[in-house]
Order: sequence, then C-alpha cells, then structure tokens
Amino acid sequence: MIRFEDVTITYAERPVLADISVEIPEGELCLVVGRTGSGKSTFLRAINGLVPHFSGGTLAGRVLVDGRDTARFPPRELADVVGFVGQDPVAGFVADNVEDELAYSMESLGLPGDVMRKRVEETLDLLGLAQLRDRPLATLSGGQQQRVAIGAALTAHPRVLVLDEPTSALDPGAAEDVLAAVQRLVHDLGMTVVIAEHRLERVAQYADRALLLPQGEIGEVGEILAAAPVAPPVVRLAQVAGWSPVPVSVRDARRHATSLRERLPEPATTMPAPVEPVLEARDIVVKYGDVRAVQGVSLDIGAGERVAVMGRNGSGKSSLLWAVQGSGKRTSGTVSVGGTDPRALKPAERRRTVALVPQQPSDLLYLETVAEECAQADAETGQPAGTCRKVLEGLASVPQDTHPRDLSEGQRLALVLAVMLTGAPDVLLLDEPTRGLDYPAKEALASLLKNLGSAVVLATHDVEFVAEYATRVIVMAEGEVVADGPAREVVTSSPIFAPQVSKILGPWLTVADVEAAL
Amino acid sequence: MRLHSGAWWLWALGLATAASRTTNPLMLGLILAVAGVVVVTCRATTPWAGTYGVFLKFGLLVIALRVLLHVFLGGVAGPTTLFTLPQAPLPHWAQGIRIGGPVTAEGLVFALYQGLLLATILSCVGAANALANPKRLLRSLPAALYEVSVAVVVALTVAPQLVASARSVRRARQLRGDTARGARAIRTMLVPVLEDALERSLVLAASMDSRGYGRTAGISKRDRVLTGALVLAGLFGFCIGMYGLLADAYSGWPLLVVGAVLAIAGLRVGARRVPRTRYRPDRWTVKAAGVALSGIAGAVVLVFSGDPALSPTTVPLQAPEFPVLPALAVLVALLPVVIVREA
Repeated sequence: MIRFEDVTITYAERPVLADISVEIPEGELCLVVGRTGSGKSTFLRAINGLVPHFSGGTLAGRVLVDGRDTARFPPRELADVVGFVGQDPVAGFVADNVEDELAYSMESLGLPGDVMRKRVEETLDLLGLAQLRDRPLATLSGGQQQRVAIGAALTAHPRVLVLDEPTSALDPGAAEDVLAAVQRLVHDLGMTVVIAEHRLERVAQYADRALLLPQGEIGEVGEILAAAPVAPPVVRLAQVAGWSPVPVSVRDARRHATSLRERLPEPATTMPAPVEPVLEARDIVVKYGDVRAVQGVSLDIGAGERVAVMGRNGSGKSSLLWAVQGSGKRTSGTVSVGGTDPRALKPAERRRTVALVPQQPSDLLYLETVAEECAQADAETGQPAGTCRKVLEGLASVPQDTHPRDLSEGQRLALVLAVMLTGAPDVLLLDEPTRGLDYPAKEALASLLKNLGSAVVLATHDVEFVAEYATRVIVMAEGEVVADGPAREVVTSSPIFAPQVSKILGPWLTVADVEAAL
Repeated sequence: MRLHSGAWWLWALGLATAASRTTNPLMLGLILAVAGVVVVTCRATTPWAGTYGVFLKFGLLVIALRVLLHVFLGGVAGPTTLFTLPQAPLPHWAQGIRIGGPVTAEGLVFALYQGLLLATILSCVGAANALANPKRLLRSLPAALYEVSVAVVVALTVAPQLVASARSVRRARQLRGDTARGARAIRTMLVPVLEDALERSLVLAASMDSRGYGRTAGISKRDRVLTGALVLAGLFGFCIGMYGLLADAYSGWPLLVVGAVLAIAGLRVGARRVPRTRYRPDRWTVKAAGVALSGIAGAVVLVFSGDPALSPTTVPLQAPEFPVLPALAVLVALLPVVIVREA
C-alpha cells in the first residue's frame, strides 16, 4: 500500500531521513517510533506528499502510495487516497461546526450531495459523534475534536490514514475512545493506518508492526520497541524480567508475571513524614460566566512535596494552577505563601514566590537567542548576570546562540524552566509539562525536578510520568477534588490512572523500583 | 429547517434601507424595535447569536460620537442657543469650519436624529449577523468562487484567533513578571503573537492542502486559465457598473447591466469547470422568500413615499409626526416571527 524506495529527505543540506526502504501492506496498523527529532513527522508527511511539496526540502528516491508516486501527485491530488490528521487538530479545522467539517474534503473531491449525506451519517456513527453533529467545533472537548478531525479525513474514504500524535493532548479516557475508533477502522474497514505517538503505552498494544526511525527498521512491535531508545514500561519490565517474546500489552505481560510476582518482596511503604506547608490555599473558586471551573478547592503543599494534579480535560486543573499562582482568575478563596497572597504581589515579585510554566511554554519566549532570554531572565529577577545560564546548564545542554523556536520540545522546556527557576521560587507549578517529550526526555525532566529545592505541583494526563515522579496525587473532576493522597494509593486504586507496571504487578509503580528490588 | 442565510440578510438590508430614508425618531425607534423583536424570537442558540448586543452597544457609541462631534464642530445652527463653547480662531481659508462656538437645541436634536439613523442601520446589520451565520452566506456563493469564499471564511477566523493568542501571551508575560510598557511591551507581545499566527496558518494550509483544497483533478491548465479570466472579467465589469451607478444615477445603469451579464456569464462558465460540490446547500424556499420580501416591503414603501413626516424639521424645532403608511410597511417586517414559528 505504502512503499518507500531508498528515500532520503534533506532540509538545507541536513538529512532528516536517510535511505529508508519500507513497505507497509494494506490493512495494517503501523506504529512509527523514535526519539524526538528522529524524523517521525517528516516520514508521515512524506506519505501524503506534504514533504516535499508543502514543506520544501528535497526528496531522493520514490514514495508510492496506492501506486501513485508522490513526486507527481501533490497532497491535494492524493486527498482521495490518504487522510492526514496533524498534531494539532484544532488548527487544521476549516469549517465551524461538526457536520460541515466532516463534509469539507468531500466538497473538495466534488462528490454528489446524496453520497456526502450518506457518508457524513456513517462517519458520525462510526466515531460516536452523532450527538455532536450541530455543535460548533470550538465547544468540543479535546477527545471529541480529535475524533472529528479523524472523521473529517475519513469521509473522503481514503485507503490510508496517517495520524501524527493523535492522543498526546488527551486524557487517558479520551485517548482510549480515539484509539478504539482507530482500531475499528483497521478491523472493520481494512484501512491502512500509520501512527506516530510519544505515549507508546497507549498505542503499542493496537499496532501490528512498528517502524523504528531514523534506522528505518520495521518488524514485530515487541522486538522493535525492545531495541528502541523509546519504549513503554511494559517492554522495559519485560527486559528486566527477561520475558520472551516481549509482550506489548498489559494482558500479555500478566501471563508472564506470575513467577515474577512471587520473586518480588512487598514494596516498602514509607509513610510520608508530615511537612510544614509552604503554600496554603483555601476554598478556591474560579468562575467563567456561569461555568464554575473550580468549586471550592483547598490544599496545602508541603516543602519539597511533588504533587501531581490529574483529571479529565476540562476538570479545572489549569484554572486551579493559574488561580493559585495569582495571575489567573480567582473568584473567591485565599492563597498564602509564607503569609502573603501571591495575587497581592507585583508580577515580578509573584514569580519569585510562585512560578508557573504554562501549557504553551513558548508563549514565555520572545527574544532571538537563548543567551538573550537568559540575560533577560536575570534582569527581570534582579539576579546577578549568568544565574539563568548556570541553571540552564544544570538542566540540559542547550546551545546559547540558537533561536528558541529552533530548539526541540525538551530543550525549549528546559529553557523555560531555567527562566522561571532563575527567580528561585518557593513553589513551581507546571501545566502539562510532558507534552511532546519522549521517554528519555521525561526521565531527565523527572530527575531534574526531583533535585529542585522548591515544592512542585504539576497538572498532567501522563500516568507513567506521575508514577515515576510524584509523591502525592490529587484527582479533580468537575472542579472539585475527588481524591488526594500518596501517589501509590491513589493511582493503584483507579483503573484509568494506574501505570502499566501496577496493572501487571499490583503494588509496584515503576520499572526502576522493580529492578532495584530484584 | 434552517432558512437560507441570504433571506435574513435581504430582510435586514431591507430594514436598513428603510432606516436610511428617514430621520424621524419615531420611525427609527419602530425599526429598532421590529429588528429587536425578530432577533429575540427567531435566533438560534449559536455562538454568533450573541453578537447582537455588541452591535447595539456600538450603536450607542455612534450616537454619542455624533452628538459630541456636533458640540465641538457645529453644523446646523438655530435660534435656541443652549450654551456657548469658547471658539478657536481659524485662518480665513478654513471658512465654514469652526471649532467650539454656540451649541443650539436645534443642532443637538439634528445630531441626535442622525446618530440614531446610523445606530439603527448598525442594529439591522447586527440582527442579520445574529440570525444567519455570515460564513454560511459565503458558502452560498457561486461554485466558481469556491476557493475565494473558503479563503475569506478562513480569514474571518484570524481576528478572533489573534485576540485569543494575544490574551494568552499577555497572561504568560505576567508569569515572567515582565510589566514592560510602551514600545518594548509591543515588541514582547507582537513577536510571539505573530509567530503563533504564522505557525497556525501554516498548519491550516497544510491541512487544507491534504484535504483537497485547490484540487484540479483532471482539468487542463488552459481551461483553468480561461475560467479564472472569465470570472475576474465578470467581477471587474460588475464593479465598474456599481461605481457608475453610485457616481451618476442614470449613466450607471447600462454599465451595471453589462457588468452583471459579464459576471453571471463568467461564473456560469466557471462553475461548469469547477469539480466541487456543496454539502447541504441552503435552498430558497417559499418561507425564505417570505422573510426576504417582508423586510424589503418597508424599504420599497419608504423609498417611494413622499411623506414629509419622514424627515421632521429641526429648524424650527417640532415634535415629529407619525407617518402611518410607512410605519405599517415597516411592521410587515415582523412577519418572520410567524413564518419561523411555523417552520
């Protein structure tokens, strides 16, 4: 169905993909894995001709999709063969309600009206969107938007569907909905699906084969992942325990796990020592018009605590962080950090008390080079010159003369962290910090945050990262706290928030703990 | 069943035309009330339905501006001087313009009437906006203009996106403790906002490209050039015709007709070569025609009515009289309330 013949793609003399020869047969779900910057997106965009027709660069070799050479067919002429859904579905929406968005590609293909109506109905049913048909796209949740984007690609009846990180921005429940819909396409319609995803623990089990980039190796999912620098915890656990063949789903792993469970001792449960709270928030309420985003939340954050706030998209996590920091809206309630309310402080002093890294860290950057950003951070916080640079060097190696936009996600996050940490805040708040980070980058972030002096609160959907890093977990729903306790207790008691290792081995949370205990 | 968006726009333009023919505050008030009643009863629960209030507020602002302008710059004089502002001396070549000076009751009332006229026209546009999605109207354009209309629709979303992105950058800026003002603040805002806008538009362009926008599927280059040339020539002719009509009421007509014929011919020929279709196009129904005609009725009567009560004199000041026949004609525009109820 899809054939890459000796494909090399270069941007400005720099090869992104080199000598890739791959064949993906019809009806297969192929998972593309690799570290950030290994060329996953480029590979996906080459399938429908966006590379090089849209992006520029040169492509040597041949890409054939359903027999069509992408050198001669630009993306618009491949629209009836390849459906493409990019990383940010919202930015790709053309219409403003669900039905019109679904119909858009069919209008471009010039299909007759009755065919369009039939296909829109089919797609609404297939993806479970029937109740949402008249809704404006902007009012949908993240998971619903992702399903609409997939549906909009499907109505053209393409033979290939290409998905670039379909679940990265979604909470675990919404991600499952999207992946169930994708699996249905593969099973029922025989569609060929190519997915790139950082959160492998979510998708690996559905894939038929995996392609490792930049090497271009294709094979059994388990084998490829075991050899890859990125792998979900279940694969890492299998390697530690020496299981063969390597399982990729929790279910397969459980079959191997009986003997391992017997060998493992009871995990040491240390009761966290009570700590002096650095941040006390009481009865926080945030209202936007009639919507109560946060409804009377109270929390104490202790010195050195690492707290993860979890919950569905729209459960009030971000609003809570912004309200606590003091820059966002707070309808009522009090916050006290060392006796002062951060909201009463000037922004410059506020960030030295409570710092917040927002969901789009790049919003904080506006200068041309990393060095300038660092100098600016020193000036803003009144620290001696070079403070920010020193912090940054402790976090990651980031070239000083690069434009911040040219950095990788991980490097950019490190830069923003360094900028915020220059003020040495008592409390650091992070909103979705692991978006766009691969496993090694997440490990680096976890160890980096563990070594910080300040208390850290982060809002995230990433259950594996929480298991790795957090000491305490707060679960929010509908603007209220529904669970608050030590990480182990909270995540193991919930099927949605449990990490893979705990699903396999019960009380254990991470591969590192298991390895240490063996 | 959704009415054709064009019907609502014709209805509103009819009301606006009626409003433009009178300065009688009673008539203007009636038109405002009619538009308001129809909006409140007929609008659907859509995000753009809430824009009506914005237009009303904007109308109030226009009235205030018109009155202020009159107070400072004068215009209509009259015998009843209310108060006198100090007058700025101007050189004699600026004769006829004054700044400051006496403010008369007659002039104020005149300015109020004119402000009200503009506000009423604005409220009619606001009503159309609330009743029918303007984007939907663009989708009803002839097929030959398909690509242009999609581009306009996309461009319409840019403004709200820029506002949203500016807001998030401003919030982020606070997080950094950067409270710079003036030129530096503009720079620190502008760079991320523009970068964001640029990035978004690239993503959108890639998405549209992958979904078949601008597809030529089997049409030869010669045909495409011909289509483009015809459509452009037609529109150009139409524009010249319109200009002629506005510049000189009579010599404009033949130009307009020639332009319109050219445009329609161009669009027709173009449409045959465009391999695109529409999903659930809005259709003209009897009800849609009824809505459109009910709005136009008022306009026709007011344009041809010579009732002196339509423009009440302000020098000397007089209580405005109520023109009965034009008022009845405007009330016809309430018909959509009945029509939509039944739909």
